[in-house]
Amino acid sequence: MGQYNMGYHVKEGFRSIFTHGLMSFAAVCMIVACLIIMGSFSLVAINLDNTLGDLEAKNEFTAYVDEGLNETQARALQSRLEAIPNVDSATFVTAQQALEDYKQRYVDSEYAELFELPDEVLRHRFRIHVEDIEALAQTVAAVGQVAGIADTQAALEVAQGFVTVRNVAGAVAWILILMLLVISLFIIANTIKLATFHRREEIAIMKMCGATNWFVRWPFIFEGMILGLIGALAAFLIQWGIYGIIVAAITEYGGLQILAIVPFKALALRVLGAFAAAGLAIGAGGSLLAIRKFLQV
Amino acid sequence: MIRLIDVQKTYDNGTRALKGVSMKIEDGEFVFLVGPSGSGKSTILKLITGEVTCTGGRLMVNGYNLNNIRPRQIPYMRRTLGVIFQDFRLIEKKTVEENLTFVMRVVGASPREIRKRVPYVLQLVGLDHKGDRLPTELSGGEQQRVAIARALVNNPQVIVADEPTGNLDPQRSLEIMMLLEKINELGTTVMVVTHEKELVNRFSKRVVAIESGRIISDGMGGYYNNGSV
Repeated sequence: MGQYNMGYHVKEGFRSIFTHGLMSFAAVCMIVACLIIMGSFSLVAINLDNTLGDLEAKNEFTAYVDEGLNETQARALQSRLEAIPNVDSATFVTAQQALEDYKQRYVDSEYAELFELPDEVLRHRFRIHVEDIEALAQTVAAVGQVAGIADTQAALEVAQGFVTVRNVAGAVAWILILMLLVISLFIIANTIKLATFHRREEIAIMKMCGATNWFVRWPFIFEGMILGLIGALAAFLIQWGIYGIIVAAITEYGGLQILAIVPFKALALRVLGAFAAAGLAIGAGGSLLAIRKFLQV
Repeated sequence: MIRLIDVQKTYDNGTRALKGVSMKIEDGEFVFLVGPSGSGKSTILKLITGEVTCTGGRLMVNGYNLNNIRPRQIPYMRRTLGVIFQDFRLIEKKTVEENLTFVMRVVGASPREIRKRVPYVLQLVGLDHKGDRLPTELSGGEQQRVAIARALVNNPQVIVADEPTGNLDPQRSLEIMMLLEKINELGTTVMVVTHEKELVNRFSKRVVAIESGRIISDGMGGYYNNGSV
C-alpha cells in the first residue's frame, strides 16, 4: 500500500458503506445473525462443558476396606491410595460415620428403622475423588489391587455418560461453528458482490489506468472489515441480552439447577474478541471473494 | 515505442482477428489506425493495453515485452499509456477534478503532485473553470476533454484513443482531434483508432489501414492511401 493511499482506502471504504446504505445494512444484519448463531452454540458448549466439569469435580467412587483391618490399619492405606495416578484425594470414612451418613440421608424415609443397626454391619471405607473422569475405570481397577481394599463401587456407566455427552456436544458445536462460518462467508461475499457490481465500471477504469489488484482490493477490504466490526459489536450486545434472558429463565425454573451457568461478565471479553475477530475475518474474506471476478480486466 | 512483429490473435471461439500484423510506432509519432468494423483495430488496442494476449508473433510496448510479461507487471506497463474511450468512461459520481485525482492516486502520486498537476492538465484541455462539475453536467465534447485530461494526467509516453470522436458531432470531433494533435506536439505519442474517413483526411498524419486482420496500407496522408505496407 502506497504511503499516500492508506487514508484514501479507508475513506473510500467508509464512503462506499454509505453510498450503498441498504446493501451495507443487509451485510451487517447477516453478520449479526451469523455471529449470534455461532455465539449461541459456543455459549451452550461452554456452559455444558462447565456443567460437566462441575459434575466431574464432584465425581467419586467408594473403596471398601477389608474387614480384617482395624481403624488404624485402614487409615494407613490413605497414602497408598493417594499415590495412585488420577486419584485426586482419598477421604477416610469410618464404619460408624458411614452409618450416620445413611441415617441422616434417610431420616424422613419410611425405611429409617432399617438403619437401627450395629456399627459393625458396615465397613470402613474411602471416598476417592478422581482428576479425570475418562480414566475412572482404570483408577477403580488400580485401587482394587491395593492390599487391604476388599471391594470398590463406582458408577462407571454414569461417568461414561457424562464423558460421551460432553464430547458429542463439543464436537457438534465445533462442526456447527465451522459450517456457519463458511455459510456466513459466502453470504457476506454475495452481499458485497452486489455492491461491487455497481462499481465494476469504476474498477475497470482503475485497472486500465494502471491500478494494481491490491489498490483495487483495499477499499473493499476496509469496507468489509468495517461492516464486520459493526456487525460484531451489534451481535455482542444482542448476545448479552439474549444470554441474560435465558439465564434468568433457567434460574427461575428450578428443574435446571443442575446446570452450572457461567456469568456473561466472565465471558464478555472472550465473546467480544471472538466476535470482532470473526467479523473482521468474515468481512475481509467476503470482500476478497466478492471482488475476485471484477479484477480480471 | 510500440512494436508489433507478425502478431496473430485467434480468440477462444476460433475467430482469427489478426493474421500477422507488423508495424512500429516511434516515440513522438501521431498515427491513425483505420479500418471497417471487425477489421481487427480494437484487437490491436486490446493487445497494446494488455487486456488480451497475442497467440503468435511478438509485441513490445514502451519497453515491456508483452509476450512474457508477468500479470503483476501489467499495471506498471499500463501506467506508460493513457487510454481514451469512445464512451468517455468517466466516473459519474465524481467531479471532473476527482476523476483526475483518482487516477493520480492509482499510481501513488503525492497530494502535492496532485495539486500541481491536475489544474495544469485541466487548463491544457480548456476545462480549468469546470473542475468542480460532475461529468453529467458537461456536454459530450467536454466529457471527452475530461477523458483526455485523465489520460494525460499521469504523463504517459503514449496516448491510445479508441474511436474518441464516435459519440460527437463533426465540430466537436474536429476540436478533440486538434487537441490530440496539440498533445502530440508537446511530445506524447498518440495513436487514434477511428473509421471516420473525413476527419482523418483533414490531418496530414501517418495512417495505418487494416482490413480482415491484415495491414493493407501504411503511409502519410489520407485514409486508405496507396502508401506501401
